[in-house]
Formats: sequence, structure tokens, C-alpha cells
Amino acid sequence: MTPLNARRLANFRANRRGWYSLWVFLGLFVFTLGAEFIANDRPLLVWLDGRLLVPVMRDYAESDLLADGLPTEADWHDSTLVAEVEQRGWMLWPALPYAYRTVIRDLGRPSPAPPSWRNPLGTDDQARDVLARVIYGLRLAILFGFTLTLASSAIGIAAGAVQGFYGGTTDLLFQRFIELWSGMPQLYLLIILGSIVQPGFWVLLLFLLAFSWMALTGVVRAEFLRGRNLDYVRAARALGVSDVRMMWRHILPNAMVATLTFLPFILSGSVTILATLDFLGFGFPPGYPSLGELLSQGKNNLQAPWLAFTGFCVLGVVLTLLIFIGEAVRDAFDPRRLPGGGR
Amino acid sequence: MTALLAVDDLSVAFNGRRVVQGVSFQVQPGETVALVGESGSGKSVTALSALRLLAAAGSNPSGSIVLDGVDVLHADEPALQHLRGGVAGMVFQEPMTSLNPLHHIGQQVAEAITLHQPLAGEALRARVLDLLHQAGLANAEERLEAYPHQLSGGQRQRVMIAAALANDPKLLIADEPTTALDVTIQAQILALLETLKRERGLALLLITHNLEIVRQHADRVVVMQHGLAVEQGRVAEVFAAPRHAYTRMLLATQPRGRPAPVPADAEELLRAEDMRVHFPIKRGLLRRVVGAVKAVDGVSLALHAGETLGLVGESGSGKTTLGLALLRLQASTGAITFEGQRIEALTARAMRPLRARMQVVFQDPYGSLSPRLSAGEIVGEGLEVHAPGLTQAEREARVAAALEEVGLEATSAQRYPHEFSGGQRQRLAIARALVLKPRFLVLDEPTSALDVSVQAQVVELLRGLQARYRLAYLFISHDLRVVRALAHRILVLKDGRVVEMGEAERLTAAPEQPYTRALMAAAFDLRVGEA
Repeated sequence: MTPLNARRLANFRANRRGWYSLWVFLGLFVFTLGAEFIANDRPLLVWLDGRLLVPVMRDYAESDLLADGLPTEADWHDSTLVAEVEQRGWMLWPALPYAYRTVIRDLGRPSPAPPSWRNPLGTDDQARDVLARVIYGLRLAILFGFTLTLASSAIGIAAGAVQGFYGGTTDLLFQRFIELWSGMPQLYLLIILGSIVQPGFWVLLLFLLAFSWMALTGVVRAEFLRGRNLDYVRAARALGVSDVRMMWRHILPNAMVATLTFLPFILSGSVTILATLDFLGFGFPPGYPSLGELLSQGKNNLQAPWLAFTGFCVLGVVLTLLIFIGEAVRDAFDPRRLPGGGR
Repeated sequence: MTALLAVDDLSVAFNGRRVVQGVSFQVQPGETVALVGESGSGKSVTALSALRLLAAAGSNPSGSIVLDGVDVLHADEPALQHLRGGVAGMVFQEPMTSLNPLHHIGQQVAEAITLHQPLAGEALRARVLDLLHQAGLANAEERLEAYPHQLSGGQRQRVMIAAALANDPKLLIADEPTTALDVTIQAQILALLETLKRERGLALLLITHNLEIVRQHADRVVVMQHGLAVEQGRVAEVFAAPRHAYTRMLLATQPRGRPAPVPADAEELLRAEDMRVHFPIKRGLLRRVVGAVKAVDGVSLALHAGETLGLVGESGSGKTTLGLALLRLQASTGAITFEGQRIEALTARAMRPLRARMQVVFQDPYGSLSPRLSAGEIVGEGLEVHAPGLTQAEREARVAAALEEVGLEATSAQRYPHEFSGGQRQRLAIARALVLKPRFLVLDEPTSALDVSVQAQVVELLRGLQARYRLAYLFISHDLRVVRALAHRILVLKDGRVVEMGEAERLTAAPEQPYTRALMAAAFDLRVGEA
């Protein structure tokens, strides 16, 4: 590690709040990455007649398990099946025996059901376990947010860099294009899109990417406009360094501080926009585990406050953690900050 | 006679680091005292303490400062307000940043007056005009409504002086008042301060790093080093017989000597004919080109291997633009021949192989090195471009050799620019150019941002490198002392045109053109020339 990076790490760690937030966030993220092993409607392992089955990894037909079973997919919540399997071996269940799409049929109460030992955060109005949906939904939201942020930052930085570095006509045309493009009514386009294709993860990502890349161009363009006339950039030009390398090695590192300042907001914005679209019903199709949909259910079922409360807390905590981490990252890249966080 | 300003055993510390340690001196009424030292010696801090202008946090001045009978360090705010501007006026180094860009100059001078005197309306206006006249601002009447950016550096400094004089102070504290100015303007401002001092019996506390100014304008001098006043006394005595080693060093390190003569058989390396750089001025709705700023206007020159051509002129004369145009870093018209090859029409790609043999060193060693790259990466970059076949080890060896060549340790390749001093940074910039073994080097004011002693070292280094590698230099500078120490021939530029070109000896001794004469007079004698 170069001394500069060592100093950055030291500065990052000096921001205690950001440092702890990072660990909490990473913990949450890694935890949700293994969602299938924590909350699932199938056992993790099954020991049946001397055979080891791994239902969490692969599907089994009922006929694989029971002599008189049908050749359809096994329903591990089916009481006859469970009784049969327990008799001939054993099953190891995940901590929460429901997946995000499991409809609990033997709830014994009208749904949405309030929190209980069985469903720690209650169930939603379709009798699905809220905790399971939160775990899966959080994973989807974070992955979606990260992908969108990385992709839109990459495109935005490249676009801003080209505008600022070349300036002149290139810049002028690009700027006018951005003005036109940013005037597009995003939501209407999304509604139209939704009526043509079913927006899955990648379609929604591409669509949002088409508009979100502009967030960074302005700031990067300004940094490049300033940077291209700095003496050390001129010195690099005098050395015969190519344009791309000049942008990448000499100007970009200095534009990164401004960029990184924006990054946490873009990331939290991406998480928020997904929740918003889901809340409005223009996001992922029904059935996806989504925090926005949870909030929407909370709005429709005011008599079940655990729905809205859970949605609010999860989104609030994640967004707060992201902002804290972002602040620490920004501090780390601030060249004026002394090691240890002083100025 | 009681002293106007008596500083006794003054110490100032920032966050525990002592920057001024036990400094004592006095300023008598009507006398000029110069505080001399290199950057970081604590001279400005000392001067600012005299009016308690340092930010309260961090600085803990101890000792005593008595200004006009008032104990400055223990005075309350109203008393200090009276002292600031009333008893002592202040002129700062950078006239662009010390004037508020959003107010007319008239307002700014008026503000200085109304803080201490109940003047208003016509009387105030008359007083402002009077002050601006005294400060030698031409057409003051029309310029009352002007904003700082509409004035030149010298004019701005005159406005600052007018504001400082607003309340007939007894003491004027001038912190490097001419450092940011051209030599001829510097001579004018110094002459103005001299006149004001004589007419008003003003005492002057002059902070400078320029020993020539001290020699000609000060009565007494205080030499500072690392926050200590190492020597003080009458200027004539100190200059004639400096007692402290540091003073001797300062006096001895003025750039001097002459470059080694150019070998008679030196081949012509670079020839430029009728170089022009025009920036169009566009006006109106359709942005029609109505004229052009002629930054460089028909300059021809030739340069031989091992020769230094000094390019002198005041700011805005087109020196830097010409240097960049010769390197094809600035669009221009005119024929450029480098090593017998016409290069003015080559594409950026075709220029690339040539770039290894034509290099540039910029003025500001703080701005010309990327703060995010290590010294080794900075110096090695050119090799990555021009000698991509080198292995990592070979490249590191060449970088180390280049660093040692300019007097830096090979191990400093791991360090980052901010860990080097100004002079070391400039050496690093020279190493970056040298590692490619260039034949032609544009040196754009490479010594201007450096302290005098460091300047002399860099000049020495450049001379040595030239002798060893037969480098051709285009040496751009406004500092004629340095130019004389380095250049074989000098080209004087004014408004983009060549005023005079000739052998350095002859040009400095007997300039033909009046403009050159004025420039020489201002540079070497700090006199206002006749032109």
C-alpha cells in the first residue's frame, strides 16, 4: 500500500462513525447475501433413508422423497410430507422457515398478522412473513443501488471528463444534449415502458441508468475544465502523454474528491428511487421482495402499523449508514486532512 | 526620541509551534525599517502582530509591542480599532486579493476614511480623490467607480496605499508591497513610498525578501531566520560587514556569474519565423470576430545547442505564450523548425516522439507537480510514454539517476510532492524534463517562486546541466538578474513584439531601445526609467 493510501485508510478510520457504519453495513449486506440460508421455505439439509438431500440448493420432486409421491415439486410445509420425512430421517430448517414468497396457510389469524414468535415482524396482507421479505428486499435494494450507482458513475464521469477536457464545441453540444435529455418526463416514460415490457431487474436498471448518469457530469466537467489548464497537466502534455492517460492519471484523481462527495447521495438516491417506484407500483412486478411494496402495504393497512414501521426503519437505517460511510470516504480522500483526521 | 513602534522579546506560536522567537526591534518616526528573510522566517507574522491582526486562535503572542504609546498586546478592541488604520496603515502583497472585488475602489478608500473620521458626501469624495492623487493613481476622477479587476496590479497597489494613508497614519506597514508587480511598476511604487515618506514624515516597516530594495530604500534592517532576529543594524553597516553567517549567506547568494560560452560549432537546434498567436475577440449576438488580442505578434528567433536565450518582458507581454507555442502546446501560426524538421503542421501523434527532446519547466513548483503521484511516478511518466520497452527496474534506475543529477536523493522517489520544499520541487520538475534527455528546454520563470538562496542554487544547477549536456534553454523571466546570470542572448518582448534582441552583455550594459533602458534601470537600480 502506498503511503497515500495508508493515510487515506487512517483518515477513514479516524471518522469513527463512518468506520463503524461500514462494519454494520457490511454485516447487514453479507447477512442478506445469504438470505436463502436464513429465511427459506425449504430445509437446509434433509437426511432421508441414508441419503443427504440439500433442498436449499436444488429442487426435489415429491416422488423423490415419498414412495407414493407425485412427480411435482415437493412442498416442504406440507404436514404429511414433514411427518413422513421426520419418521425416516431428519430435517434441518433455516432460522426462519419462510421465503419472501411463502404464503403461510396455517396462520390461524387474519392477515396481516401482528408480530409473534412465529413471525417476529408480523405478516403482510398476503400472509407472507415480513422479516423474510425484508431480508430479501434489502439484498435486492442494495444490489440494485450499487449496480446503478457504479454504472451511472462510470458513465457520468466519462461523459463529464470528455466534456471538460475537450471543451469548446464538444462541450457545447454535450451540454445541450444533457439539457434536452434531463427534460424527459421519467415517470411517464416508465409507465409507458411498463405497459410494453415487464420491467425486471436489468430492464429497470437500464432505464434508470439512462437518466441517472447525468448526476455527476456537471461536477466532473467542472473539475476537468479547471484541471486541464493546471501546470502539471500541461507538463504531462509536454511529455507527450496521450489524452486518455492524461485524463485518467492526472485529472481524474483530483476530480475524484468532488465525485466521491456525491457518491453516497447517489447510492442512497438509487435505493430510494427503487423504493419509490415500487411504492407507486411502477417498479418490479408483484411478487418481488421489495421495501417499497412493504411501505405501500403499510399505507393500505393502517391498522397494521408493523408494516409501515418496519419499512420505515429498514430504509432509514440503511440510508443513514450509507451517508455516514460516504462522509468517511470523503474525509479519507481529502488531501488537506492530516493523518488522524485533523486539519 | 521615543520609538513609534517598539517590539520587545516578541514570541508567537501556532498550535505550539513557535514561529517567532524573542524578536526585538524599534521603528523611529520617519524611518524605514526593513524586515528581511526567506519564506517561513516569521517576518509577516511579526508585522501582523504589531496590529494584533493574527487570528486569535492558536497564536499566543508574548513579550511586548508598544505602538504610539499603546500596549498593543493588552489593548482593548476600541483602542486597537484606533491603532489600525489610524496610527498604522497596512499594505499587503497581493493587491488583487486584498481589495474587495465587489466594491468600487472609491468605496473602499472611503470606507477606510469613514471608519475614523466623520466625513460624508462631497467632502468625503474630495478626500478620496485627494488620497488617490497622492497615491499617484492617474485619472483618479474617472476611476472612482472602477472595480479592482479593471485596474492593473500597480494601480491596485496604489489604491491600497491610498486606503492605508486615509487617516494620516504615522506608520505604514508594507508586507512585500512589490513582489507581485513587474519591475518597472515595482520601481514606481517604491518611488511613491519614498516620496510619501519624505512628505509626511511617515515611518515605514517594510517586509521584503529583496535585498536590493532594502539596500536602496531602508535605513535599518532586521534579518530574520527561523523566527529569530539574527542581525539588525543600519543598512550600510550590515551590508558592508554582515556579522551573522545567515546574512552573509543571503548577501552572497544573489544570482551571479555568467554562463559558459556557446561552442563556436554549435548547430542550430530551433528556428522560429514570424510566430503569431492571436486570440479572437468576439462581440455581439452572432459572436462575430471583431478583432484579436495579439499575444505574440511576429516573433522570429533561433537557438543553438548549448545556448540560452533569455526572454524578458513584463506580465502580459506574451513570454509564456511564445514559449508554449514553440513547444506546439499553444496554437500559433509561423514556421517552427526543430532539429532541421518543420514541426508547425505535425499532428499531436506525430509530435509525440519529438516531445522527448523538447521539454518544459514551469514557474510554480507547487502547481506543476501532481499532488497525487509520487516523485518517482512523476519523473518516470515520460519514460513510460517514450521508452515503453523499459522494465520496471530499468525505469527506476533511470529515475534514480535523474533525481541524483538534479541533486535529490534517489530514495526520494517514494515521497510525494508536498513532502518537498519549494526548491526541491523545482529540482523534481527539472528531473522530470531531464530524464528524457531533451535537447531543448523551455524554462518558464523557474526561479520566480523561490527564495533568493534557492534561486542561486537552481541557476547553478541549470548552468551545470547545460555545460554537461549542451542543452538549449529558452529562459523566460521577468527577473533580469537571473536572466543575466544564465542567458547568452536576451530577447525583450513587449505586447507580443520584439523590442530588442542581442548579446546579454551588450543588452544589459548598453540597451538601445528606451523601453529596454527603462526595464534595466528598474531591474538593476530600482529606478523609474525615462520611458
